[in-house]
Amino acid sequence: MGSLLEVRSLVTQFVTRGGVVRAVDDVSWDVAECETVALVGESGCGKSVSALSIMRLVAGPAGRIVGGEILFKGRDLLGLSEEEMRHVRGREIAMIFQEPMTSLNPVLSIGRQLTEGLETHLGMGRAPARRRAVELLALVGIPDPERRLAQYPHQFSGGMRQRMMIAMALACDPALILADEPTTALDVTIQAQILELMKDLSRRLGAAMLIITHNLGVVARYADRVNVMYAGKIVERGTAREIYATPRHPYTLGLLRSVPRLDEPERARLAPIDGQPPDLTRLPPGCAFAPRCAFRVERCAAEVPPLVPVAGDGHVSACWEAARLAGVAGR
Amino acid sequence: MTDAPLLEVRQLVKEFHVRTGLLGGTAGVIRAVDGVSFTIRRGETLGLVGESGCGKTTTGRCILQLERPTSGAILFEGQDLTALDETALRAFRRRIQVIFQDPYSSLNPRMTVGQILAEPLAVHGIVPDRHARAARVQDLLRHVGLLPQHAHRYPHQLSGGQRQRVGIARALAMEPALIICDEPVSALDVSIQAQIINLLEDLQAEFGLTYLFIAHDLSVVRHISDRVAVMYLGRIVELADRKSLYDEPLHPYTRALLSAVPIPDPELEASRERTVLRGEVPSPLHPPSGCVFHPRCPVAVARCRDEVPELREIKPGHWAACSLA
Repeated sequence: MGSLLEVRSLVTQFVTRGGVVRAVDDVSWDVAECETVALVGESGCGKSVSALSIMRLVAGPAGRIVGGEILFKGRDLLGLSEEEMRHVRGREIAMIFQEPMTSLNPVLSIGRQLTEGLETHLGMGRAPARRRAVELLALVGIPDPERRLAQYPHQFSGGMRQRMMIAMALACDPALILADEPTTALDVTIQAQILELMKDLSRRLGAAMLIITHNLGVVARYADRVNVMYAGKIVERGTAREIYATPRHPYTLGLLRSVPRLDEPERARLAPIDGQPPDLTRLPPGCAFAPRCAFRVERCAAEVPPLVPVAGDGHVSACWEAARLAGVAGR
Repeated sequence: MTDAPLLEVRQLVKEFHVRTGLLGGTAGVIRAVDGVSFTIRRGETLGLVGESGCGKTTTGRCILQLERPTSGAILFEGQDLTALDETALRAFRRRIQVIFQDPYSSLNPRMTVGQILAEPLAVHGIVPDRHARAARVQDLLRHVGLLPQHAHRYPHQLSGGQRQRVGIARALAMEPALIICDEPVSALDVSIQAQIINLLEDLQAEFGLTYLFIAHDLSVVRHISDRVAVMYLGRIVELADRKSLYDEPLHPYTRALLSAVPIPDPELEASRERTVLRGEVPSPLHPPSGCVFHPRCPVAVARCRDEVPELREIKPGHWAACSLA
């Protein structure tokens, strides 16, 4: 399997009154065909901006992609014209957002929002597009699809709207789906339905998927490989199994240990990560995680650790002290 | 610790009148809370879990008397709060405090942290002297893990976790007996959630606080609660001590909820069986007949459509509202 998407040394910045925010700071990662990759991290770590950068939807003039390459099927998306990019969005790379209500058009019927993409991207006529729309709604498990086509987003529940978003994303049979916190706004039982649906459909339709989330449980169940982000950088990457069983970055370890789990014996106390996430306009000179890190040594405050191999299977970590974590289990 | 519960909620009902239809013509009634009863002992944490719209927040708001219940009683230290007028209530309001989900929208953006904490101390006459008040504010900041200089900051200058600490300090300022924690960590980042949960536990031990912990995250509720109540469509469907509820859930809804929670362990997840519930929570405007859970229940039988199951004590201290339990 070759790389479908390859992000190389991507830098995306925002100019704010407080200074320049390096939201994505020299980040490289890839997604192979049919693979599900996760981008995990807390708010402000740059995971959503990474997805928006791929779609070239970073809001200017404050936000700007300043460097790097985004190779999709070998072609650099950053070199495309706006017109060419429009053919990529929705047609080849689709995106599912966290809050479906704000990403659907409230004054267009469900049917129109589904057929629009089919007509624009695939040049379908009205009638075939409508038939396809009915198929798509049925595919994502919306009952009575014929009648539902005439309805509007406000008549759908939260779970139904997210199904609708998935139907829109699948409409043009994209090679890659970017899902930004696709189930965060949903209840647990609906979350389970939507995730199972996405996993099943992406497998059946052969689409690769990038899941962006802060939920470590969701990642464990659905991702093949995991990238952990902190303060605009990837700090660890590996197969989901490696990352959970033998984390080699103190931040990953801290995240895994700070959440209470249903399957573990009851704990007297949780083990939080100390301190607060850093201010991205004033990052420390060395490792951004150093001020909160239990493993830090003198070097961490001065030099940014590079992402280097720590084990087989492409497991990499950006930590000067990664070797010390070798024997430490994820829980 | 005495045997009498600090709080007893009896057959609480809260109805909302809504208008439906394009011109707001037809009026409907939503029973957001439909006959809920439970007790909380002094020093205990009762977890209240359920999905959005199940009535858990409305239950909390009724206890706080931010909503006047349609019927039922709320006994706090033996006194029925629903029978009191505003003047008589004021004394009790101090004793029952709340911590909200979003500390940003519940803190006045134009006041410094110091002012936010000092105001209730002055208004309620808890610390009338200005200098003593400033000292008390410092004391509160220290208790919630903030620094003295945070008193001069505005809410927007703080991180989410720090803002929630201010929210907690404000509740503490009133020296309450009971704190309603309504999703206190769900808006926070994972690494910060654990800090706040530990803080809540420390404060409980130090001040002998009693918590009603309202949340949708079953893992967090398991960690912090002594007993847990599960709500669905306005009713409590199961109530038990933490261990029995999580180890031997009796209600099919509780079982489905627990199996839906993904566990951060890929090997375990790969082998785990899960019950994915069909359909969605029905509209509370038109609740199903019989057991409200029957249309989604994986084990429902014919009589579930007609019979409303009462909350029964199936095992000592373990209650469930299911005809099949």
